[in-house]
Formats: sequence, structure tokens, C-alpha cells
Amino acid sequence: MALLEVAGVSKVFPGVRALDGVSFTLQPGEVHALVGENGAGKSTLIKVLTGVYTPDEGEVRYQDRPVRFGTPMDAQRAGISTIYQEVNLVPLMSVAHNLFLGREPRNRFGLVDGKRMAAEAHEVLRQYGVTADVRRPLGTLALGAQQMVALARAVMIDARVVIMDEPTSSLEPREVETLFGVIDDLHSRGIGIVYVSHRMDELYRICDAVTILRDGKLVHTGKLADLDRLRLVSLMLGRDMSAVRKEGFTGFTGESNASGAPVLRAEKLSSRHRLHDVSLEVRPGEVVGLGGLLGAGRSETIKAIGGAFPLDSGDITVAGDKLGKPTPVKALKAGIATQPEDRKAEGIVAGLSVRENIALAVLPRTSRLGLVSDRKIDKIVETFMTRLRIKASGPDQLVGDLSGGNQQKVLLARLLATGPKVLLLDEPTRGIDVGAKAEVQALIDELAAEGLGVVLVSSDAEELVEGSDRVVVLRDGAVVGELRGDDVTTEALLETIAAAADGDHDDH
Amino acid sequence: MTTETLKPALDLTRLKAWLPKYGVYAAILVLIVYNIAFTPNFLTLGNLRIQLIQVAPIVIVALGMALVIGTEGIDLSVGSVMALAAALIPLYLGYGVVGAIAVSLLAGVAVGLVNGLLVARVGLQPIVATLALFVGGRGLALVISGGQLKDVRNDDLVFLGSGDLLGVPVLVWIAAALVLVVAFVVRRTVFGRRLLAIGGNRPAAQLAGVPVQRVLIGVYILCAVLASIAGLLAVARIQSSDASSVGLLIELSAITAVVVGGTPLTGGKVRVLGTVAGALLMQLVVATMIKHNLQPSTTEMVQAVIILVAVYAARERKSR
Repeated sequence: MALLEVAGVSKVFPGVRALDGVSFTLQPGEVHALVGENGAGKSTLIKVLTGVYTPDEGEVRYQDRPVRFGTPMDAQRAGISTIYQEVNLVPLMSVAHNLFLGREPRNRFGLVDGKRMAAEAHEVLRQYGVTADVRRPLGTLALGAQQMVALARAVMIDARVVIMDEPTSSLEPREVETLFGVIDDLHSRGIGIVYVSHRMDELYRICDAVTILRDGKLVHTGKLADLDRLRLVSLMLGRDMSAVRKEGFTGFTGESNASGAPVLRAEKLSSRHRLHDVSLEVRPGEVVGLGGLLGAGRSETIKAIGGAFPLDSGDITVAGDKLGKPTPVKALKAGIATQPEDRKAEGIVAGLSVRENIALAVLPRTSRLGLVSDRKIDKIVETFMTRLRIKASGPDQLVGDLSGGNQQKVLLARLLATGPKVLLLDEPTRGIDVGAKAEVQALIDELAAEGLGVVLVSSDAEELVEGSDRVVVLRDGAVVGELRGDDVTTEALLETIAAAADGDHDDH
Repeated sequence: MTTETLKPALDLTRLKAWLPKYGVYAAILVLIVYNIAFTPNFLTLGNLRIQLIQVAPIVIVALGMALVIGTEGIDLSVGSVMALAAALIPLYLGYGVVGAIAVSLLAGVAVGLVNGLLVARVGLQPIVATLALFVGGRGLALVISGGQLKDVRNDDLVFLGSGDLLGVPVLVWIAAALVLVVAFVVRRTVFGRRLLAIGGNRPAAQLAGVPVQRVLIGVYILCAVLASIAGLLAVARIQSSDASSVGLLIELSAITAVVVGGTPLTGGKVRVLGTVAGALLMQLVVATMIKHNLQPSTTEMVQAVIILVAVYAARERKSR
């Protein structure tokens, strides 16, 4: 008996057929991977499953009965819970309150029984590896812990199906392990799990079955064990297996073009509690990776160089010119372009068009006496849309309507339009599909070959190693090691990080 | 409220996308057609003149409000700025009309600067920052005017307030010119594009090298200057200056015009023509009600319904 089933579902939006006759079956106790490039229809399918969208054709069957969820609340009440990338809870309320929201235990006066709630919440959350005080506001917990609370809540409200949309993207390795433990437990209790992720390792570790979507169509469904990685990637991309094999998993070529005097020199960057004497040099044509675990200070270093993170001390020099107290405006003028980690919150302006987004940083250059020249902007926008192969219906399409990969390309186009000398990239391929990932990686190579200095942050070890000529490893806001030349390997990187972590134990 | 009866065949989703964009124009059209058919003396020159003269100050204030709302802000102090500008006119009229106008515009710049600094530098929420001057501004205006109504007799001011140019009131010419200026600023200038980017995503704009503080301060100054223009025009029209009544509650009319015109309160978008239409629509509703001898309370309730429909429509679009 199938737990949740979708048969021949289609969903059409103006101009796009987001789902085209897709069928999908989830068995009880199954962990089912849902994969595809961005724009393949994964999110739409999830939204059909959870009642956000009503399908135009086809039907949804839940426990063998056709259902029509009018709203996400209906789906949740029926036992279908969704954990989104962004946590949908109330950050100012206590952890316990969030966990019991709407179902608080009452005392005999009909009031909320705070004591019992806290005790129960503590007990429940311990199983999820959350040991923080449940009376604290949820917002003060780390993102990973918040996600665990969301998961605990979903399971507590008697879910039969749990849908997880890239649940590990903000988790630390230790938290990922806890999550997998919880998934194992759900699995053994017969709860069906739909698991969306771009990370191959995770899929092969925990998923039983896989459904692959491409361009809104179903291209494959079956046991994951019967499908090797190469075949999976080629099915997702619709590319030839031999091409994937030849081009490798990442788009990097691994050649170094570094030459000459450093284009960027950061010396002894310090900021209370966050950065301690971080120094960094990047030569033209060089890609310098920043390695380390979450919270090691990689993003802070990047932001500090880009002028968006306050420094107590330290000097930043671009092509020989010292930057005074750095601000984003000054950094950009000096030739430092920063791509922030959180694309949606700090990168794109979703409500503006592709054109306005690309032109945002070059407005002064495309204007005279404060009046913008559409002709100049059009030229720049056209150049970069072609060069970065941005897939949009046109320059006037809203960026918020594009897929993640194309949003990222728009952001890169904005940075490149400023004609930077140094490019700071913080997780440039996070949350984007495999195809766009390879394109972005190839672009980074290309830009370095043209003489740009690049600083690359990536939590994908493979990407960091293949993309970087040199890797500087950080821990607790300080540089703890550097890999050069032939030493730039995944093993060496992990060893350095691990050695750094060991050092941590020695301190205590 | 009127569009459904206009095209009942339209399906709901299309209507929802259509409503925030063109609903206000359709509503105006319906009201005009209705008035031509059923309201005696609607299509007379005299009536149209009165309607336009009455709506002009609201349009001018609403233009500035639309810009502020476009940055995800709000400016409650516009009515007080009008009062302040009005109070300064009789005081400086001795230096000539140009001098008096310059002083009241400078007062606008000063208030806008304070608002802008509080919002952009200090980081106060716009509603709180401008609330301070909403209260304090009118107080200051009353102090300046000594709390008295002052007659203003000056031929040039009378021309501004009640004169005609090519058969159209000067007041309306000024409002129309300001509409064009603001539309131009939003569409064609670096300042306008930056303003929208800040409203759409402030951290992103900051990282893209947009001088966020400078732009925000500029927006609040522009809004206050527009309000002071409305204030001095009010003095010119009624030929007296009363700091306790000029611009009273106009912040609400202005916000209504902006919202009904389809500019979302969440920022990132400014609809200049929509704002003008929003002000016109509210004016027409009131005029229609009065012409048909309906109670002011009924008028207010109808206005409330229009605002709710506009906000609801905008919400639908936002969530898509």
C-alpha cells in the first residue's frame, strides 16, 4: 500500500509547464530522494504534495484515497509535514513554546502548564541532540538546532509523511549525523520521508529510492542502489555519461595562472571574538580557497575584506593601494567585489528585474549627472546575460522568478560588471543545480585565467580543492594552516581541519 | 469593489494579478461614468476645477510618501511639515514671496534631514522616527505662529493659490509638474533606482555599493520638501495661515492614495501614476457621496472598504 502517491500531475504557470504528467509514489518507511536541477519541478511537486498548489491535472492519493488539500494546514493536519530550508517557527518565543505551539499542555485551570511543557520539551529534544535550555527564545539557538526543533515538532504532530527540503544545507557535520539518526528512527517507525538534496553523499547514505525530475518531467524512478552516481548525474543533467565522465564532477580544470605581485593583501585582520590576525595574499590569476568548519571565520574574513564586517584592526591593500577603514562602497571602488553567502537575504533584489539587478552596482558608471543611460545598461546586461548564459525570459523578468542557479549568475554578473580586480566568493554554488554549478565553476576558472584574484569559500571539500590553487585553513577565526601545490588535496584539507580540531581538544 | 461588477466573466486568479495594477484606474472610470450618468452638474468646468484643486495637495504629499514607502519606510510627519511651512510664510513674507517660500522649503529640508538621520544613521524604525516630528513639528509650528490664525495678503501668493494659467488652476499645474518630476526621478535617475533597490533588499543594496544612508536621507528630505510645498500652497489658497489645521490628517490621506494606487508597503516598488490615481479615486468617492447627500460616516466606511480591497490585492500579488 502506497502511503502517498501522485499520478499524472501537471501544473502550468504562465509561460511554463512546471510539472508535466509527473507520477511519484512514497511507500511507508521509505526514504525517497527527490532530485533534479533547479527548475526541474521539485519545489512545485512538493507544493502540490503539501497543498500550496492545486494541480491542474492528475491526482494526489494519500493512504490510497484521493485527496485535495486546500491549504498547507490541511495537509499538515492529515499528517504531511514539511521542513523547509528556512525554519518556519517563531524566533522570539521559547523553544518549548515553539515545539508545542497550538497544542500546549494545560493545567487544571485551563492555563498553559509551563513546567510540564518545559519538561516534556526537554525530554523530546534530547532525542534530537538538542540540549539547550528550552526556555530560551528559539532565535538564540544555532540554525541547526532550530531545524531540529522544527523536525521534532513535525514528527510530534503525528506525521505520516515528512518532506525535507535541503535539510542539511545549514547544518554542521555533527548535526547532520544527528539528523540522519532521526531519519533512521522515522524510517523504522514506518514514516515516509521525501528527501530533497543536492549532496550526493547524503543521498547514497540514507535514501532507499530516488525520483529524478528534469524540466518538469519524470525521467527516472526506482531504487537508488541500482543507480550509480555517474548515471544519476547524467539523468539529472540529461547529458551523456561519457561527457560527465570526461568533464568530471566539477567544472574546474585545475590549472594555475597565478603570477606577479599580490593584487590583494589582507594583513592581521582582527575583530573581537570573531577574527584573530587573519592574513591573506592573493596574486592576479590565483584562486585562494578558505577552508575550515562552519563558524571558523571564513565568511567573516570575506565580509571584512569586502568592507561589510567591522574590523578592530588590520590593513587591506588592493593592487598596492591601502584601503582606509573599509566600507562596501570603498571596497567596490578599489576593485573588490563580494558575493555574499546568503543569496536571497544579501544578494539579489528579488522584486527587481534581471536588468536592474545586474546594473545595481554600476549605476554611477552608466549615468551622467545622476541620469541613467538605458543604452549603456542594456549593453552591459546583454553582454553578461550572454556570457554567463543566464536563462530568463528576458532582461525584464523578475529575479525572484528565476531558478537558484540563474539568480546566482545574475549576482555574479552584477559583480563582474563593476570590473573588479578581486572577487570574493562565499559558497558560490550552494543550493544551485549540478548544471549551473559546473558553469559557475568553469567561470571562476575563466576569470582567474583573465587575471582576477579570487578568494573562494566552499563547504564542499571537492569544490574547494579542485577550484583552488592554494587553500588557507581557518579555525576559530585564526589561520591554522595552508595547503600549496601538490598538497591541495581533499585528504590534506580534511587532515588539516581535523588536526586543527584536535588542537582544540588539547586546549581544554 | 467595482471591478468585479465590471467583468464578472474574469476568473479569480487573473483578476488578482490584474487588480493591484489597474484596479484603481478601472474604479475611477466606473465612478466617472456613474457620475456622468447620475450626478447633475458633474461634467461642469466648475466642478472639475474644485475636485482638482482639492486633490492637488494630497497628490503632492502622496508623491513624497510613495518614495518613502518605496524604501520600506513611512513618513508620519508630512502634515506637521505642512503646518510648519505654513506658519513660516507670514513670518518671512516681509522679505518677499521668494524669500518666504525659500524659508518654508528650507524648513522642509531640515525636518527631512532629521527624519533621514534618525532612520538611516540612528537606525530607528521609520514609524517611530517620524512620529517624533509628527508630534513635535506641529508643536513648533504653533509656537512660531503664536497659535493664531494669520491672514496672508500677497498678490503673488494669491496667484499661486487661486490663479489660472491657460484656463487651468496654477495649483494643478504645479501638482502635475511635480508628478512628472517624481516619475522622472524614479524612472530615470540613479537615485530612483537605488531607492528601489534599498526598498527591495537593503543588505543586498549595501553590499552592491549603494550609499544606503545617503539615499535614505535624500528620500526623507524629498518627502518633507514636497510636504512643505503642499503647506505653502495651502496658505496661498486660503490666504491665511493656521498652524493648527493645515495638513491635519493628511498623512493618512497620502498613505491611502499610495496604497490604493498599488504601491506595496513592503517596499521595492513605487507607482507614481498609481498614486495620483489613488488620490483621485478617494477624492471622487467623497465627491460622489457628498453630491448624493450621503452621510460622512458612510463615505468613511466606503473609503475603508477601498483601502482593504487595495491592501488585499497587494498581498495576493506579494505571495505569488
